[in-house]
Order: sequence, then C-alpha cells, then structure tokens
Amino acid sequence: MNPPAAAPSILPDARPRLPRGVRLVHNEAQGGWVLLAPERVFKADPIAAEVVKRCTGEASFEAIVDDLAKTFGAPRERVAADVATLLQGLADKRLLEL
Amino acid sequence: MTTEGRPNGNGGAGKPLHNPLGLLAELTHRCPLGCPYCSNPLEMDKRQSELDTATWARVFREAAGLGVLQVHLSGGEPASRRDLAGIMAAAREAGLYTNLITSGVGITDNRLNELADAGLDHVQISIQDSEQESADRIAGYEGAYVRKRALAAAVVALKLPLTVNIVIHRANIGRIDELVAMALDMGASRVEIAHVQYYGWALKNRASLMPTREQVVQAVGRIEPLRKQHRGRIVIDAVVPDYYARFPKPCVGGWGRRSLNVTPAGRVLPCHAAELIPGLEFWSVKSHSLREIWEQNPAFNAFRGTDFLPEPCRSCERREVDFGGCRCQAFALTGDARATDPVCHLSPHHHVVEEQAANRGDAGYIYRRL
Repeated sequence: MNPPAAAPSILPDARPRLPRGVRLVHNEAQGGWVLLAPERVFKADPIAAEVVKRCTGEASFEAIVDDLAKTFGAPRERVAADVATLLQGLADKRLLEL
Repeated sequence: MTTEGRPNGNGGAGKPLHNPLGLLAELTHRCPLGCPYCSNPLEMDKRQSELDTATWARVFREAAGLGVLQVHLSGGEPASRRDLAGIMAAAREAGLYTNLITSGVGITDNRLNELADAGLDHVQISIQDSEQESADRIAGYEGAYVRKRALAAAVVALKLPLTVNIVIHRANIGRIDELVAMALDMGASRVEIAHVQYYGWALKNRASLMPTREQVVQAVGRIEPLRKQHRGRIVIDAVVPDYYARFPKPCVGGWGRRSLNVTPAGRVLPCHAAELIPGLEFWSVKSHSLREIWEQNPAFNAFRGTDFLPEPCRSCERREVDFGGCRCQAFALTGDARATDPVCHLSPHHHVVEEQAANRGDAGYIYRRL
C-alpha cells in the first residue's frame, strides 16, 4: 500500500502507544474527549479519539487502519493517510510513541 | 486534535462562563532557592498558615467538578511539604492530571518513587543555566545544579515525562542553544524557554535581569531553527520577553477564564500576581467553595471578558486575542489595572515600558527569601 505522497509514512507493523504522562480522558465539563499531556490539553474530536483509543501499544498501525476502515466504512487508503498524518503530528509533539 | 484546549464562547458580561482548565496549587512559599526572578509575591504566606492535606483534597475535588483537568503542584518548593505524596494522591483521586513543578532540590530517590506511586504524571524541573557556576549563583544555592541534574536523571529512569524550565534573563540569554542542548541531555521531552516576566521578585530585580533588545532579538530568533532541528525529540515552548514585544500576552488566557491559583494559605486568585492589584478582595477556600469563588467572587468578575477595557483596546481587532494584556502589569506600570497593558505599542503609556527596558544596572541580585 502506498499512501498519498503528502502523508507521512509509518511502518505497517509500528505499534503506536501513548507514553507515560499522556492520557485520553472524557470530560463532560470540557465537552468531550481530551488528551492530557505535560502542561498541555488537546481537545480530541470524536474521530481523533477513536484513533487514539486504539493506540495501545498492542495493535499495529496496519491493524488500526483496518479496524477504522471497517468500523467507519471508509476507503482504506484514505483512512491510512489520515491516521498517519494524525499519528505523526502527535509523535512530533511527543504525545505518542511510534 | 491539534487545537489547544480552549472552551468555546466568550466570558463577557451576561455570557456563559468558561470552565477553568488548570489549577495552580501553591502548596507552600518555602523554598531552598533564592532566585531573584521568583514569581511569588514579596509578602509570602508563612508555614503556620498553610492549608492542610484534607483541605487540598477538597479543593481538588471541587476543581475537578468545575472542569479543571490539570493541577500544577507548585510553590515555593512543593517538596518542602512532608505530605506532598498525600496531596498528590488526592489530586489523582479527584481525576486530575498532576504536574509537579519543582526546584529539583530536596527530593530524594525514595521520595520520587513515593510520588510516582501516588500518581505523579509529569515533572517540571527548573534549572538556572547550562553552566554550573552561573546556575548556582542565579539560584543563590551552591550545589543546586548538580542536585537538579540528579533528580532529572531519576525522573527519566522512571520513564516519567520531564520538562526543563529555564527562565531567561541577561545572565543566560546568550546561551539558548546550549540550554536546549542541556535539556536534551537531561532527557527532557519538553523545554520551556521562559523570558522573565516582571512581577514579584523579578520586578524588584528588573534592572539586574533586563537584557538588551539586541540580545532578545538574537535569542528569540534561535527558537524556530532549534524547533526544526529537534522536531520529534523535544518540544520547545517559549514565553516571550514582553517588554520588547509589540503586543501584550493574553495573560493566563484571560482573567478568570481558563485557570485559577490557590495560595498556600487558601486565597483563590485568577493569577499568581493578582494580589498586587489593590481594592480586590480575594475569597478563601476556607470560607467558600471553588465554584462560588469562580462564579461569584467580585474579584474574578472584575476584569472578565473585554467590556471593562478602554481605548485603544475597545475598538481593537485583537481584543478577543489578548484581552488587553495583563491586568497586573497594567497596574504595576500605569497605576490603573483597567488600562491597556503598556507592553502594547498602541498604549499611551508604552514609553514607560521602553524606559524601564533601557533602565539596566548591575546592582546585584536581591535574592528571594521568605
């Protein structure tokens, strides 16, 4: 599978996980999912939350994409590109380990 | 996902209130260091007046109920409190993300393990310079540098995320590259390059701390290249040197909008410097719930939103961006807490900032002491 050129490449067998000190929580008062990190708070839209929930360190990138494509009935290639962009962005901020 | 958490809406008169995101818990004003830029007030709370563990636990539960997500356990040196692990555990029990803001002096490995077991999420260690002798001189504490580095190593060994905080001023401003390299070497995933903000002790030491414009331009210009160079390895957050800025900072994200601060004795403030503004009565957690204070304390409503602002802010397109800047700075430099922050180049008082930036001297530091 070749993701579109714009998307960062993530190895199919990478097993993304949240490092110690980064937590995804649901908070009513703040209106939804938030990613808590060192002195930072990121609002997660429902799709981003679905992706991050799957970053357990057990599922591979490939398996996460398969699962999301199936769950949301979306084209696999597009899901792969979107997820890669999101995960690489999080990794650049030290919010995710790839 | 990349939007930094900012609740929707606008806290102007008659509009729904924001939920605070962060609570700065100043557990004590006691600290082994004497940094001349300390953000604590000149009049500090004494040990006998400090809130007990159970009261902090209640404050954390009330904070979580208000929507607070993160607590910053700070001081002074929070480890000056023997019950720090109990306080930490109470914060986690309330569902809060716990940041420990420490000088790095006075936490043994055993103590760190105890804190990690109690639910510590993240550690921020301040360090004064990348050169040992200079670092110890700024801290007013011999051996501080070595102890800080040792604690950092212990934090990283536990795989806890580490932020290194470096306050920037005339004595270290020429070493931005070295300071970031030091943070990387310490194993930090985040570094704060925080130019001095002139409140409290820093205001008292302003002439000794103030860099020149050339130094500031040079230092600020290093941030983006360093971010590019270290992308994915370390996050570089910068606090701008506002005496040389064109526009003011949106202090604490707006008065009574995103965060609150509880002093060691339990007074609740919109920001740590707020007590320097006269005429405001700050309520205590001993007599009111956090929600009552957030919603009803007149001091919290005094500068909420933008309706109170005079010109040039009133008609300025940036008024919802920076809320006219910092109320404490407006008061400190103009005598009027409602004025436009004179850091703004549009302020009629901007010349005061320019004069004070030029007022540099080498009288030596007045160290912060309790």
